[in-house]
Amino acid sequence: MSGPPTLSSRTTHADDLAAFRGGMNDNNVVMRTQGVCKVYSMGTTQVHALRGVDLTVHRGEMIAIVGASGSGKSTLMNIIGCLDYPTSGTYYLDGVQVEKMSKNALADIRNQKIGFVFQGFNLLARTSALENVELPLLYDRSGRKVNPRKAAREALERVGLGDRTDHDPNELSGGQQQRVAIARALVSSPAILLADEPTGNLDSQTSIEVLALFQELNRQGMTILVVTHERDIATCAQRIIELRDGYVIRDEAIRSRRDAIGELKVKPGPEALPTS
Amino acid sequence: MKGSTLIKVASQSILKNKMRTLLTMLGIVIGVGAVIVMVAIGQGAQGQIQRQIDSLGTNLIVITPGASSSGGVSRGAQTYNRLSIADADKIRNESLYVNAVSPVVWTRTQAIGNGNNWRTSINGVSTDYPVIRNWDLQYGRFFDSSEVRAQRRLVILGHTVAENLFPGEDPTGRRIQIRNVPVEVIGVLEPKGQTASGSDQDDVILAPYTSVQTRLSGWSRIFQIMASTSTPAELPRAQEEITSIMRESHRLSEWEENDFTVRNQNDIADAAQSTTEVMTMLLAAIASISLLVGGIGIMNIMLVSVTERTREIGIRMAIGARGRDVMTQFLVESIVMSVIGGMLGVAIGFGAASLVAGATGWSTAISPETVAVALLFSAGVGIFFGFYPARKAAGLNPIDALRYE
Repeated sequence: MSGPPTLSSRTTHADDLAAFRGGMNDNNVVMRTQGVCKVYSMGTTQVHALRGVDLTVHRGEMIAIVGASGSGKSTLMNIIGCLDYPTSGTYYLDGVQVEKMSKNALADIRNQKIGFVFQGFNLLARTSALENVELPLLYDRSGRKVNPRKAAREALERVGLGDRTDHDPNELSGGQQQRVAIARALVSSPAILLADEPTGNLDSQTSIEVLALFQELNRQGMTILVVTHERDIATCAQRIIELRDGYVIRDEAIRSRRDAIGELKVKPGPEALPTS
Repeated sequence: MKGSTLIKVASQSILKNKMRTLLTMLGIVIGVGAVIVMVAIGQGAQGQIQRQIDSLGTNLIVITPGASSSGGVSRGAQTYNRLSIADADKIRNESLYVNAVSPVVWTRTQAIGNGNNWRTSINGVSTDYPVIRNWDLQYGRFFDSSEVRAQRRLVILGHTVAENLFPGEDPTGRRIQIRNVPVEVIGVLEPKGQTASGSDQDDVILAPYTSVQTRLSGWSRIFQIMASTSTPAELPRAQEEITSIMRESHRLSEWEENDFTVRNQNDIADAAQSTTEVMTMLLAAIASISLLVGGIGIMNIMLVSVTERTREIGIRMAIGARGRDVMTQFLVESIVMSVIGGMLGVAIGFGAASLVAGATGWSTAISPETVAVALLFSAGVGIFFGFYPARKAAGLNPIDALRYE
């Protein structure tokens, strides 16, 4: 991993941990942002996408991030997902202070600590489901997974696609493609799963299947953040965070959580899901 | 990513667009093929010239009368001939490296025989001449030293002369007339073909130099001394040795310049070789232009490919590919494409070279070095022209790349 951009801002891993613990006193915290701001410069005008977001996510939580378009939720996703740097503020992910890291270090964090699920699935075309799922492990420098192919197969089995490993994305339905994408997000055993409008391209039945899969993974202990603008999808989470104009205007637990698994009216567990 | 994975991934994306890949590679195929054919023709010509030069005789040294100067004014080469039989004898007796020495005199005249006549060159030589020139007899025998001393009127015909005077027969034992002097044919030389400069080496009659001096030309001076060594490695030392023997023989004092010139066959060969080398280089340079054009084709397609696959690059970056990973992937793609193109080009070059050889009768030669250089060069083209597109891909911002439509 390359060092941080400047010498003065250099911190050791021990410093990170000390700050992490000192600031939070809670080993169960997987993610914490403090005063995160993001300013985009568009010519002479400056756009404040985020204006100081403080957020703490505990291990095993399932959180929905909602807000109108332009509320800053995509920007927050990009920063949480280590795709972008905050303009100011600090961000700890799984005990590591992220905003001072180099681009290569961010790539490694995305590779090992974050699993992405996108609205448009974002699978590689003309590449089999198995190879798509295997892909993150090919960029893994830590060498945690000795056998990428086996790990990819297991991830596909976990989302109920053990029998579709050799199919190309265009031979799979939308729900199946999204499950391949989820398998790809899971394969590197990340600390958090980030889903950006994961059901935006799916019909309601398939959406419920995907949400049921998320709830099942959450039940197994996975931390999940879902960005959505649909209220009935947000209610599948335990906690809802609403953004407006770059501020968090609501952060509360969901009282009547929607049970997607129950709605499917089948035995719980992704293995039993119909393959649409 | 591991090397094998990289090449696998690169091959997969190359194969996804078969037609485009094929057309892109065609530029490299033609470029490398053209270089191979051109160099093959050039090297073939060089080989042919080398063989012709070798046919002059191996390890040949020629001593010619040198420039003399009078009061500081050079009178140019061969203006003052002091070569003599004594010089030739002295070289034969004193030199350690020279294995054969022959004085050479010549005159050009008409030869009449068998009702035919033919104008040709009569060369007066010694018994060492066939050794020096590496020249065997087709018929008959060569004259011996007693016949040289006795100034016998014996001749050996070159192949061309024999064909013109005695078409289709062995003239051994027949008589011909040279300048109204009757002489006896005792042998015919093997055909040797043309020299590098295009003159017919077989258009010649050999006779003892004594006979030519006294009975045919009437000149006592000799025009050249030819000598040879047993190996090419001895040529430089033999040359030095001959120079000192000649200076001694001509009683030159230290401050006097040589009044003779000693050249070896390599000096003559080098001139001819450098001409064909220039020709080969020129041909290769022209062919390389097509390789350059092929490289630009690769760059063009790689740039299109980077734009087309912006989203793929975004996905790869989002799941943890570093800029360097993306760069390596695109570089490997262009290298794989150009190297495969290079290999096909070599194969086509081989085929085309043999076609050219068959159609024109030119000799062509493809050396392993040519193939290696062509392949390395095509890989280099892949790296050079793939670098800019690959860097462009690596420099993409993951967010922008992911959103790219």
